Parts: sequence; C-alpha cells; structure tokens
Amino acid sequence: MDAILLQVLNGLDKGGAYALIALGLTIIFGTLGVVNFAHGALFMLGAFCAVAVKSVLSLEKVTLDPTKTTAWGTPMEIRVPYIEAWFGDFGATVLDFSVPISIIIAIPVMLLIGVAMERGLIRFFYKRPHAEQILVTFGLAIVLQEIVKSQFGANPIPQPAPDLAKGMIDFGIMVGFDAGNIVYPAWRLIYFLFSIVIITAVFAFLQFTTFGMVVRAGMADRETVGLLGIDIDKRFTIVFGMAAVVAGLAGVMYTPILSPDYHMGMDFLVLSFVVVVVGGMGSLGGAVAAGFMLGILQSFASMNEVKTIIPGIDQIIIYLIAVIILLVRPRGLMGRKGVMEH
Amino acid sequence: MRNSSMSKNDLILLFCFSAAILAGPIILAPIGAGYPDLLQKFAIFGIFALGFNILFGLTGYLSFGHAAFLGAGSYTAVWTFKLLSMNPLPAILLATLMGGLFAALIGFICLRRSGIYFSILTLAFAQMSYNLAYSVLTPITNGETGLQLRQADPRILDAALGRDYGAVLPSSDFFGIDMTGYPGFYFCAVILIACFFFSMRIFRSPFGMMLRAVKSNQNRMNYTGLNTRPYALAAFIISGMYAGLAGGLLAVTDPLAGAERMQWTASGEVVLMTILGGSGTLLGPVIGAGAIKYFENIFSSFNEGILMKAFDFLPESLQHIMVSISSLFVGEGWHLTLGALFMLIVIFLPGGLMEGFNRLRTWLGNRTGGGDGGAVPDTAPAPSVGGD
Repeated sequence: MDAILLQVLNGLDKGGAYALIALGLTIIFGTLGVVNFAHGALFMLGAFCAVAVKSVLSLEKVTLDPTKTTAWGTPMEIRVPYIEAWFGDFGATVLDFSVPISIIIAIPVMLLIGVAMERGLIRFFYKRPHAEQILVTFGLAIVLQEIVKSQFGANPIPQPAPDLAKGMIDFGIMVGFDAGNIVYPAWRLIYFLFSIVIITAVFAFLQFTTFGMVVRAGMADRETVGLLGIDIDKRFTIVFGMAAVVAGLAGVMYTPILSPDYHMGMDFLVLSFVVVVVGGMGSLGGAVAAGFMLGILQSFASMNEVKTIIPGIDQIIIYLIAVIILLVRPRGLMGRKGVMEH
Repeated sequence: MRNSSMSKNDLILLFCFSAAILAGPIILAPIGAGYPDLLQKFAIFGIFALGFNILFGLTGYLSFGHAAFLGAGSYTAVWTFKLLSMNPLPAILLATLMGGLFAALIGFICLRRSGIYFSILTLAFAQMSYNLAYSVLTPITNGETGLQLRQADPRILDAALGRDYGAVLPSSDFFGIDMTGYPGFYFCAVILIACFFFSMRIFRSPFGMMLRAVKSNQNRMNYTGLNTRPYALAAFIISGMYAGLAGGLLAVTDPLAGAERMQWTASGEVVLMTILGGSGTLLGPVIGAGAIKYFENIFSSFNEGILMKAFDFLPESLQHIMVSISSLFVGEGWHLTLGALFMLIVIFLPGGLMEGFNRLRTWLGNRTGGGDGGAVPDTAPAPSVGGD
C-alpha cells in the first residue's frame, strides 16, 4: 500500500508539469484554433527566466584581501554577491529564494513574450491549414531554443531550491503509516501544490470573471460574439499570453527538479501533446486529468517490479496509452464532438 | 510498353534529371560541393525527401515520425553487413523491406486518424522507437554507442564465397568496388534516379490521382463509396520504404547506425526539405534536400575568422558588430538558421522553391509581354499561386 502511495506521489510533480503545459496548449486550441508546437519552448523560456534571475542576483563583488594570499602568491579574492553586500542577511535570503522570486519576474516577461508571439506571428496563421501552423511554430521553437543555447550554453544549469524546501518530508506519518516508509522531497510536493493552485486559478478565471465568460463564449461561437460587438481577437491575444504565463511558471518552478537546458522544452512538448490528445482536444478538464494520470502511470511503470515483467515499459508507457486511447476513444477521454475534427 | 505511356515532357525531365545528377560532381564543383561525401548526402536525403513527398505532397498527411523508418533501415543494413555480406545489395534490399514493414505496422494504426491527430500519433511512434532503441533494445541497437561493424562478425555469405577481409575492419563493397568516395556516390545516384522514376510513375498514375483526391476531399471520396484508407496506407508504406532505403544507403556509405537518426528533429528535417523544395512537386524535394544539406555544410564550417574576412570591406567597428551578429547563425548556430529558414519559407513561400521559380517565371513572362507557356514539368495541383 505504501509503495503504491509513494509511486502516486512520485508521479504528481511530473503530472503537474504535464497538466500545466497541456492546459495552455488546450486553451490555445480552443480559443485560437492553433496548434502551437512552440509551447514547449515557452516552458523552457520560463525555466531560463529563473536561470537569468539567479545569475543577476548572484552577481559578485570581487575585493582583494591583501592580508591573505593564495597558493600562487597573489592576493586572495573575496567574492561576495552584491545583494549580500548591500542588504546583509536579507540579501542572502533573497538569493536563497531565487526560484520563487523568479515567478514575479517571469509573469510579466512571459506575458509579453506570449502577446508578442501571438500578434507578431500566430495571428497570421488562423486561416492557414493546420500543417502550416504546426510547421511555423515548430520553426519558432527551434529558433527560440537555439537563441537560448547561444546565450546560456548547451549544458544544464542546476537551480537549487530554497534551503527550507530542500529536505525530505516524511509523508507516511501524516497519513498514518510508520515513519520512514514514504519520504518525499519537499520541493516536489510544493510543485504539485503550486500546479493545483495555478490550475484552479485558470479555471476560476475562465469560470467566474466576465472576461472569462466572454472567452468561453468566443470558444463556443466566435462569430456570434463578434456580432455582439465584442473584439474577441483582443481577448484571445490576452488568453494566449495567459497560456504562455502558465507554461512559463511551470518551467520556473520545475528548475529545482530538473536542471534546465535548452532542449527541455522539446522533451516536454512531445509528451504534453500526447497528454492533450489523450485528454481530448479542446477539453480543459481532460488535459488536466490526463496530465496527472499519465504522470502517475509513468512513475508506476518505472517501478522495478513492473520493469522486470515488461522491460522498457517506462520509456513507452505514455505513447502506448495514447495509441490505445486514440484507437478506442478517438476523441480522447473527455473530447467534445466537433472540436478539431475534419 | 512502359515508356510508351510516358509523355514526352516526362521523358525529357527524367533525362535532364539523370544527366544533372550524374554530372553532379562537375556541376556542383564551382560552388564548392563537388566532393563525394557531400554528394552522397545529397543523393541519400534526396531519396528520403522524395519518399516523404509521396505521402505528404500527394495525400496531405503530415507525418512527424519518418525518421523512425530511416533509423530502422540503417540498423537493418548494418545488421546485414554483420551477418550476411558486405555487399550493399542485400543490405539496401532488406533495409527497404524493413522500412516498409515498419511503415505498414505504424501506418495501420496512425491512419485511423487524420489531421493533427495523425501528426501527433506518428510523432509518438517515432519517439517510442527512439526511446526503445536507447534503452531496452540495446542488444540490437548498441544504445548510445551506435551499432558498428566488427572484425569478428560472421558474414555468412561472404564466408561461403570464401571472401576474407583479413585483419582490417571491412568496408562495404559492390562486387569489389569500394563504396566510399565517387563509386559510393554513383551507387546512390543510380538509386536516386530509379527512385525519381518510380515517384514520377506514381505521380502520373491513377493511383497518384487517387492520393491527390484523398488530399483535396476525403469526405467526398467516402461518400462516393470509396474506401480511401488502403490508398493512404499504400502511400505511407511506399514512403516508409523510401525512408528505409535512404537509411540503408546511409549505412552503406558509412557503416554505423545510431539512435539519433530516429530523433524527431530528424523527422522535422525531412519535412523542411520537402517544404523548402515544394511539396507535391516532383523535383522539389530533391532540390530542397540538396539545398539544406549544402547550406548545413557551408554554414556549420564557418567560423569567426572567415566572417571577419567576409566583412572586411566595412569599417572596423561595424565589422565587429556584423561578425558578432552573423556568428550566431553559423558554425554551432546552424540550427538557428535552419529554424529561421523554416519559418520564412512557411510564412512567405508555402509552396517552396518550386513555387518561387514559377512565380518568377510568370513575373518575367508578364514583363516581356505574354508568357510562352513553357514546358511545365509538374502538373501537380500547386497550392494556389498568387500571380495570374
């Protein structure tokens, strides 16, 4: 029982990332009708927001200490991050919390990137065939990825979680098992909670605000909303920006779990597309449910007990599920009739 | 009888194509591409793109997983070298068959859906093959190291014929002709011409017409009581066989197969080749493949020194700025150029280079007053061209 619970927990953080990316993808599908292959790149850009913030925060002041010398006889260099030199302990704390702080920076940055992307490129592709949408966003993904590579290099750049969240949480005690059975890295649990918060926020935004109501109306019948005198295009642009923010935040918070490198977006994109397809194109709830489901299934498949029965299952489980789902339920788990069918 | 049904234009086109390919080393020498390693790549990726075009250009099904067939072909060819013989004929034959077999399996499932579902399904299958090749299938694929020849390989046929390669690592040879350098290129070139001929026959056949009908309106085809799936599946298998053949040839010219050939970036590359040249046209994919491989070769060999020389005519401060900007796009940054090119082509010239040529010709024709019509080599229903 505790082994099963542990695997469920293991799948939650990855599932959270899948769900967040897939949610953005689905929103873009539903509103703009565009297949965005650059969505993984947005996830990656978010992660690199965290990298950039960290590297700005840890800019160092170098002073020479004439009283000490190094082994080479030169004066010892003392490196202190400016922020620590200026603000003392508070500065050190800020540096420690660089990943959560990056969120504040990432929101406007990703919103800007998203809006620029939609206005600058995507909007010219509404009326073009899906194949061309796929191709142009695919090209954009390569471009973004290569720009990041030229700026930050090709190697993964580890981002530490704050000291507070570095430890393990003994989850077993909380739910009544013996101590030490289910220990779980705290940051992963935080990531899961974070993804739940974001998902709830997105749903609440679409469900309970006037803006969200208009957007939902636009998803259902774009033409009628336009006839009512509402500039639906403008709202959809903001929705695209919002989807970019969601993907970006998913990336920021994921950095302590997986050191970001320039092609992490592509790896997640392929899986997120599968998630969207499994959940049902255009269904927000489906995307979230499928994201968590596939994350958990993947962690079950990487259990040693399962791997000895079917070797290599952990590598292919997600694709296998996608194939089965598409053959049995062509619209996905919660797909609506008439969405993305032709 | 076959030739009697070919139109005169097609014969001329085939003849010109063959002549251009065979004279490749001479024609391409002035632009610095007249050496066999690169020419081999032109020919091999030309075959790959020709095959992809039969699927995407004719039926409109956008597959994002064709690299899987290329990889399968490569592995099969290297295994044939190891087990049977160093002669390339059995290797490419088996590689083609394996590509077709893979395509039949994957196509059978993927073709149940169309549109973007199809793209994602093929992508999923290719990623699955790639992941498997890296992990569980390591005994067959040799994982990250890649599958290599070894001196101790059995090579049953060679042994039966009493061929002994001695203490050196054997390389593939076609009845005694070593498959490296120019012989290797001509081997690939002849196959490319055969593939081109075959693709031309498909384009002109009723079967090809049926595939185009699938692209333009599949529903209507279904309403007339026609089951389109066997046609689409046949196209998928044929293009898988082309990809397998190309993979086999890659192994013939360089007997090494690695899983990275199956990665989805490789699938994206063949899509780009086809689009760049012009999907749905006969010549386009070959031109696109050549262009991409050529620029890849040129751009990735550039470095700062060459760039400094290129911008020598500018004042020094400007020269440095230009060099630092353009060095982003060359050398290691070649992929950035590739991505940007990808976007530019899709945005401005969705019909590819062939459409560009046609536009240019119409434009020139209009300027000189009344075009002469000219020999239009491709009767493919080109995506609506702006000019009239």
